[in-house]
Amino acid sequence: MFDYVWLIPFFPLVGFLINGFFGKKIKNEAVIGAIGTLAIFSSFIVSCLILVEMIGLSPEKRVFEKVVFPWIHSGNFKADMAFLLDPLSCIMIMVVTGVGSLIHLYSIGYMHGEEGFYRFFAYLNLFCMSMLLLVLGSNMLVMFIGWEGVGLCSYLLIGYYFHKKSAGDAAKKAFVMNRVGDFGFLIGLFTLYWWLGSNHNIWTINFTEIKAASHLLPYGGVVTVATLCFFVGATGKSAQIPLFTWLPDAMEGPTPVSALIHAATMVTAGVYMIGRMSFVFIKSPETMMVVACVGAATAIFAATIGTAQNDIKRVLAYSTVSQLGFMFLAMGVGAFTAGIFHLMTHAFFKACLFLGSGSVIHAMHYALHKGHLHDDAQDMRNMGGLKKAMPITFLTFFVSTIAIAGIPGFSGFFSKDEILWMAFANPLHGNLNILLWGTGAIAACFTAFYMFRLVFMTFFGECRINSKVKDHLHESPLVITIPLMVLGFLAVFGGYIGMPKLLGMLPNYFEHWLEPVFELAGEYGATYAHHGAHPSHAVEWALMGGSVVIALIGIAIAFTMYVQNTALPKKFTDTFPTLHRAVYNKWYIDELYDYAFVNPCKALGQFLWKGFDVLVIDGIVNGVAGVVMGCSGVFRYMQSGLIHNYAWSMAFGVVVMLGYYVFK
Amino acid sequence: MDMITIPAVNFTPILPEIFLSVLAMVLLLINVFIPGDRKAYLGYLSFVGIVAAGVLVAAGWGGHIESFSGSVVLDNFATFFKMIFLVSAGLAVLISDQYMEREGCNHGELYPLILFTVVGMMLMASGTDLMTIFLGLEVMSVALYVLAGFNRKNPKSNEAGLKYFLLGCFSTGFLLYGMALTYGATGTTRIAKIAAVVGQMSLPSANIMLVAGMLLMLTGFAFKIAAAPFHMWTPDVYEGAPTPMTAFMSAGPKAAGFAAALRIFLVALPTLQVEWSQVLWVLAVLTMTVGNITALRQDNIKRMLAYSSIAHAGYALVGFTAGNGTGTAGILFYMLSYAFMNIGAFAIIILVGKKGESNGNVQDFAGFGVKHPVLAVAMSIFLFSLAGMPPTAGFIGKFYLFSGAIQQGYIWLAIIGVLNSAASVYYYLRVMVFMYMKDPTEEFDWMQVTAPMALCVAISVIGSLIPGIIPSLILQFAQQAIKLI
Repeated sequence: MFDYVWLIPFFPLVGFLINGFFGKKIKNEAVIGAIGTLAIFSSFIVSCLILVEMIGLSPEKRVFEKVVFPWIHSGNFKADMAFLLDPLSCIMIMVVTGVGSLIHLYSIGYMHGEEGFYRFFAYLNLFCMSMLLLVLGSNMLVMFIGWEGVGLCSYLLIGYYFHKKSAGDAAKKAFVMNRVGDFGFLIGLFTLYWWLGSNHNIWTINFTEIKAASHLLPYGGVVTVATLCFFVGATGKSAQIPLFTWLPDAMEGPTPVSALIHAATMVTAGVYMIGRMSFVFIKSPETMMVVACVGAATAIFAATIGTAQNDIKRVLAYSTVSQLGFMFLAMGVGAFTAGIFHLMTHAFFKACLFLGSGSVIHAMHYALHKGHLHDDAQDMRNMGGLKKAMPITFLTFFVSTIAIAGIPGFSGFFSKDEILWMAFANPLHGNLNILLWGTGAIAACFTAFYMFRLVFMTFFGECRINSKVKDHLHESPLVITIPLMVLGFLAVFGGYIGMPKLLGMLPNYFEHWLEPVFELAGEYGATYAHHGAHPSHAVEWALMGGSVVIALIGIAIAFTMYVQNTALPKKFTDTFPTLHRAVYNKWYIDELYDYAFVNPCKALGQFLWKGFDVLVIDGIVNGVAGVVMGCSGVFRYMQSGLIHNYAWSMAFGVVVMLGYYVFK
Repeated sequence: MDMITIPAVNFTPILPEIFLSVLAMVLLLINVFIPGDRKAYLGYLSFVGIVAAGVLVAAGWGGHIESFSGSVVLDNFATFFKMIFLVSAGLAVLISDQYMEREGCNHGELYPLILFTVVGMMLMASGTDLMTIFLGLEVMSVALYVLAGFNRKNPKSNEAGLKYFLLGCFSTGFLLYGMALTYGATGTTRIAKIAAVVGQMSLPSANIMLVAGMLLMLTGFAFKIAAAPFHMWTPDVYEGAPTPMTAFMSAGPKAAGFAAALRIFLVALPTLQVEWSQVLWVLAVLTMTVGNITALRQDNIKRMLAYSSIAHAGYALVGFTAGNGTGTAGILFYMLSYAFMNIGAFAIIILVGKKGESNGNVQDFAGFGVKHPVLAVAMSIFLFSLAGMPPTAGFIGKFYLFSGAIQQGYIWLAIIGVLNSAASVYYYLRVMVFMYMKDPTEEFDWMQVTAPMALCVAISVIGSLIPGIIPSLILQFAQQAIKLI
């Protein structure tokens, strides 16, 4: 089956081509939706077969590289269109195709009646293809194609409602920010390639070959430069400080897009990339520290902003940024398995949350539409009490919220607790571990708070929607609720494959599965790890208990403020108006960027355009063009059409040639 | 009475040639019985024949058979070029009928003539004796002269035929004289033996007769591939000839000229590489520059593509100048991709054109992108490929040609080539500007796209794109092809 790995990105490509080229002619939504969904579902089947086959192999044999065709061979440089199958890419293709299939299915219902229905599915398939290239690529160049491809699709899908200015702006913002990151990625790639090549004559961008040569890489130094550049790329794609502001704006896209691209898959590309190159990253203690700190800072920073947003999708967007921060924190402390584990569980519950919010928006929209009202369908202040009208949406949403908040027994608990524990117990960063753990724990508290705030404001209490249209609220159709139920199920039980050893009820399958991938990184890390006292089981129990308590505190505060005493939030904002305004306005980061980067760039651009480009460059270009055009006229004149002139020209050429050699 | 003993002859190497010759003669005979409005059937038959010949040629891949006392060989080099000829002939046959019908010169002799041209070209590619190569060249040329003047009611076509004939004869004189001098200097016309004799000379570059012979042969081939300053016939002939034949001429015979020249210069005269690469350096620069710069000011799109084809010969000469593995493999790669992209572009020109060769200016493409989006996309792909933009075949081809030059240390040549390539973007994209950014000057009337035409465009699109995305698909064959020479 491994030989057919190329089918995985191939099916979505076919889906994209069919819907992209003929979708407009097909018109029938059912056919278009079926093509798109079947394309990705076929990939899911293939992925499943590959997973089953890989499980059957012994751990050391679980690496397979498939060269589909030789691509670029030029001098020392060699890049094949090749795919790498190992436990890590296996998990990723399962998540991408699995969650992707559900979201495709959901989109059939959600996008019903939208103009450009075919366009949506074509882009969605193209996105899946790019994402699969990204995770399957066996060298950095194939990965980079996917990397750019998902950026492009993200741009196209955020700007899906391109007639809305805000959507167009958001798409542009996402694209430009991602480009900044991509630039870092490229520099990192070049640095690594150049260093290994010029120092050890190993000219390669292939992951397996780099891994084999990784013992030649020094600790720190050039590796720090390269990995920091890669990390810049990761911050762009995965919306970390400082390149995170595009993600909340990306909510301008249709909700399934937010679920698939901006929560479950694309934004995890940075985490995946660090995992894929763990054996390089771990060689730079400095980079690891930066990754951990940026991750922790993003986690708490985004979580605070999430507490004050009123748009349901925006809360989830900041929550995504925050959760990605957790993943980076895990990567930064060398807990690669925990990071990837959280990536997976997060894909389940966050996709479920986003799709659930889509279901809510869908219902609100319908109801408001019926009543000819123009209230904001995404504003939580207009919702409330929806659990009666939408029981399935509520239930799935609720369990996912519990999962993300980190209540024991749900998937998010296992992964998040693992990360916090590793942040505390990691031996890489010395005394910084307390700070990293503390930040993470507070962020977890905020997470529980804003998520339950969301649930309470949306589903509990009195319905605040205009009473005229209350009766129009109803549950979404099956095509929407089935994906919700599947994802809700995974959000609860998806974590059991990675149960901590401490609880000891089930073996930690997940860790064993990824062991061969991160083994080498572990060895490298051990060389500079601090060999202090390992925290005892008692400490681990205490921390686990602590994180549960922290989550419960967050929930309790939310319960007090938004269910018991709904006047409290008002009182709070009145007491601390400045704080509230700052948080509500996202700590004025966008304004800061405008002031510090965007406006100076615009001014520079204006100057370069008016001053430099128009006068100097255009002058030179037009001058050259004028001269060339003049020559062209002369040559044209020589082409007289007279045959004896032509013969003369030939004879002249021969005479000059012969003369040169005979008389030289 | 003593019997004259005839040496055993192995016909395998020239099986495709024999097959196509017989087919051409049969078609000539059938032609008599086919009414004037059914001549398309001859086209279908010859297309099938070309495909069959392609199978025959492909079956010979990997073999190495010499025959006719070593004057003809079947090797991968010949096989690769034969494929190029068959591709260009096949595509030319596909686009011929609609055009010839429209211009009222749908004579059945067209298809046999094309097949004879292919036979001549094949002999040029597989000939290992100067005489065989010359024979092939003449078979090809005579048929081409007729094809250029095929639209005999059109004075321009007549002019093209005559001009091509006269100047072609002139250049043949040089070529033959060059071969004669080479024979005089070495005492043989067999390429392998020439190599052996020249290899034993103490200072071959001091042998005036040999050097002159080499230069004159170079002149002859430079004419066939339209290298400056032997290119002057090209614009007039390309403009006057029936458009499908222009497409054919710019792809097939040009490749044939390269095939023969590569074999002679790389196999017979490698010891003189310093000398001929100097000349080729100058020719390459002149050819690229003259071709591109003159093309800038052309409004007639056929004429523009004529100059562009001169420029493309110049790019290929860059690889020839390098004379190394990358450069020569690049030539093979480029000639094949060029056949696709150029004939594809000509197919679109035929579709846009109207009776009497009208509607053939760049301005006539105004609004084409709106009226015929699919064809416009195809045309854009061809133009991008001609301009050498990734991910098209044209980019990869140029990449290998220029990197071959850089490997040999011809940095300046590569720079001039790249600059030329940049200048060429102007006139290719100018067509696209008209297609997409100008409003149509008149309402497009209904455009007829016959099935063969559509097939040709589709094949050409694939041929211009796939090698650009998966270069190794073609390149590995090209690399194997040049190993044997």
